[in-house]
Amino acid sequence: MIDTRKNESVFVSGDEAVALGVRLSRPQVISAYPITPQTIVVERLSEMVEDGSLDAKYIHVESEHSAMSAAMGASSVGARAFTATSSQGLLYMAEGLHYASGGRMPIVMMNANRSLALPWSIFGDHRDSMSMLDSGWIQVYVEDAQEALDMTIQAYRIAEDPSVLTPFMINLDGFILTHTYELVEVPRQKEVDSYLPPFSTPNKMSLETPKSMGFSTSPADNMEFKYQQHKAMMDSMEVIKKADKEFSEMFGRSYHGLVDCYQCDDAEYILVTAGSVTGTARVAVDTMRIKGIKAGVLKLRFMRPFPEQEIRNILSGAVSYGVLDKDISFGYEGTMFTNVNSALSGSKNFPRGMNFVGGLGGRDISVQDIEEMFIALQKCPDNAYGDYIKSRVSFVNMGVNINE
Amino acid sequence: MSSNRITVKNMTDKEYFLGHKACAGCGGSLAVRLALKVFGDRTFAALPAGCMSAVGFIYPQMAFLNNAIISTFPGTGSMLSGMRAGLDALGVKDAHVVGFAGDGGTADIGLQALSGAIDRREKIIYICYDNEAYMNTGVQKSGLTPYGARTTTSPAGNNLPGSVMQKKNLFEIVAAHDIAYAATASVGYPQDYLNKLSKAAAVEGTSYIHIYATCPTGWGTPTETSVSLAKEAVDSGLWYLAEYEDGAFTLNRKPKEFFPVKEHLLKQGRFKHLKDSDIKVIEEARDKKWKRMLEKWN
Amino acid sequence: MDKPELKDFTKPESIRDYPVGPSFYGGHLVSVNSGWRTFRPVVALDTCTGCFRCYLVCPDGVIAKTEAGKVAVDYDFCKGCGVCAHECPFSAIDMVKEDISE
Repeated sequence: MIDTRKNESVFVSGDEAVALGVRLSRPQVISAYPITPQTIVVERLSEMVEDGSLDAKYIHVESEHSAMSAAMGASSVGARAFTATSSQGLLYMAEGLHYASGGRMPIVMMNANRSLALPWSIFGDHRDSMSMLDSGWIQVYVEDAQEALDMTIQAYRIAEDPSVLTPFMINLDGFILTHTYELVEVPRQKEVDSYLPPFSTPNKMSLETPKSMGFSTSPADNMEFKYQQHKAMMDSMEVIKKADKEFSEMFGRSYHGLVDCYQCDDAEYILVTAGSVTGTARVAVDTMRIKGIKAGVLKLRFMRPFPEQEIRNILSGAVSYGVLDKDISFGYEGTMFTNVNSALSGSKNFPRGMNFVGGLGGRDISVQDIEEMFIALQKCPDNAYGDYIKSRVSFVNMGVNINE
Repeated sequence: MSSNRITVKNMTDKEYFLGHKACAGCGGSLAVRLALKVFGDRTFAALPAGCMSAVGFIYPQMAFLNNAIISTFPGTGSMLSGMRAGLDALGVKDAHVVGFAGDGGTADIGLQALSGAIDRREKIIYICYDNEAYMNTGVQKSGLTPYGARTTTSPAGNNLPGSVMQKKNLFEIVAAHDIAYAATASVGYPQDYLNKLSKAAAVEGTSYIHIYATCPTGWGTPTETSVSLAKEAVDSGLWYLAEYEDGAFTLNRKPKEFFPVKEHLLKQGRFKHLKDSDIKVIEEARDKKWKRMLEKWN
Repeated sequence: MDKPELKDFTKPESIRDYPVGPSFYGGHLVSVNSGWRTFRPVVALDTCTGCFRCYLVCPDGVIAKTEAGKVAVDYDFCKGCGVCAHECPFSAIDMVKEDISE
């Protein structure tokens, strides 16, 4: 067992790092349903509840829909709640995602990014969480196990901020991150307690002030509540930055807010990534730099709220940019690409952009694959948009010839 | 329980479900009203999509005086579990956590979450107000719509007599979980219902009450007969008053002689089209069920 | 009867005046249901025995016990369903047609 009274480094998987982060955050209710590759998180949490190192109620629910429903029940009386899921499970609770954000319930959930059936695949891509982009949840994509642990703690701090009160989804790449082991520094409980105070909200049912929650509205009032949700999400950007800054001051690790950059200052060719593939991209940037090519990586940490300003500032200085999506919105392009293009559309200098769709269903993305992306970006034609979708969206590492 | 039995004489004057927009004569709203008068101030209720949530929470008119939340349609059972766990974690003692769901929200879309909740043995009370169809959406057939009932999705015509399925046997499905306490009730027998509410409130573990609740709008019945019709349903044997406790079933009311089924059904617009042969099907199903209940239950 | 007062409600002018999310005070009543009625229950107090059967079975909870041991109807929220009159064992409640011209 880990002694959380002192700084300790442990060799754990991404899932286990999340479980450690959850324990340090002192949730009062955990409800979860098992799904690969999320299972280890809930296994560890149930062990922690059993051995008494985590003072929480663990609810064995019969489905992901109920996992979210139970978490909402707990949140509605003012308890701090956690759940975790993946893929089909995330979609099974889709109704609950909109419900929790509309209800302004600051639930934290870990999502192990996994492909969606059909065909069945337990391996990773981002189609599950990207398809829930409009559900009103804050979405962060973490790169490694340390960031997974740290963001779990920050997630509660951000979600429960009175100006935010919005649920928070921490995305970890299935297997690549959930099941690989790294050395992770575990913060001290005492310091986490001072960083993350107990959950307190007036927005709950209580014996002192009986409330009617989750009510219905006529068209005369509905938009006001939706506007509030949007404003809270927009306001969360500053809260995210502040949470990162204070976390850095207390624990010595910063993730630089909404986006993180690697060698972007003078970069001519920038690849936008999310999640664990960022590490691979950093290596590719190093090799490109040795060859004299000014490459950089923009790590998109948050997909919601969307860091429009940061993206515009960083990418508008580039000659061309690529977006590596582990997702495809069939009939168009990757969702990240669409969002990045939207951010750039207001800038004076709109560089040329290409979309690389890769990693679907767990397909590897190698350093060499990413080097090829940078080479493609060098050749990115002025008229990339001339041929529309066909010329700007390319599938990385296809196993067969698709040029019929 | 008998010493402090709640009756019309001694129940609280406080109303907890007031100013709601349910149809006139709504049996479901009577079921909710009486339950809350038994459970009192320290009640946290969850109601899924359905009549009672639709009529009780229309911003800015909030008809519940106790704490209440609308749950997702399939998620009443699990939201109740989350509420109970949260209240326990926060040290809130002696609170009732109560669900009020309709027949569709219980027997169909909410059955999975209800099963999970009973399985966890949590101290929650689940009340199904059964008006025998999806009334809030405009009278569509549910798993608890009886044989021969005309709904907007089980029309009666030359080929079909309305619903061709019998009511799902939800009381026994619930009891099969070996639940701590389960009962059936009717708004036509309010004192029996009050007794069962008191038992449910006192029992350790999960409890379930399935109350037969008239719907004048969906059934095509005069609003003033909502209570008398629900009594007649029991007297005709088409509904029954029973309990499940400590692994045993008890019939609380055994009519010596049934009120005539035909007379009872033909008072309702939804059954007006029934032929004698349909009524025979209904009576045979009733007799089969009663034979089994009388043989096997206390 | 122990019941909340009817509140005046005007739509908030600023977004800040809306509740945070769909969460509001229990028992916040702003509108009555009296307009639903075609018939109103009228209790004949000399016939009423104070058995409270009507109080028990009212779906809207609009019948109150009086200090005199009889019942009184809250016409703000009564919808005129007539269950009380139908159930009264002493026929002490009449359903009287509302005068629309009033």
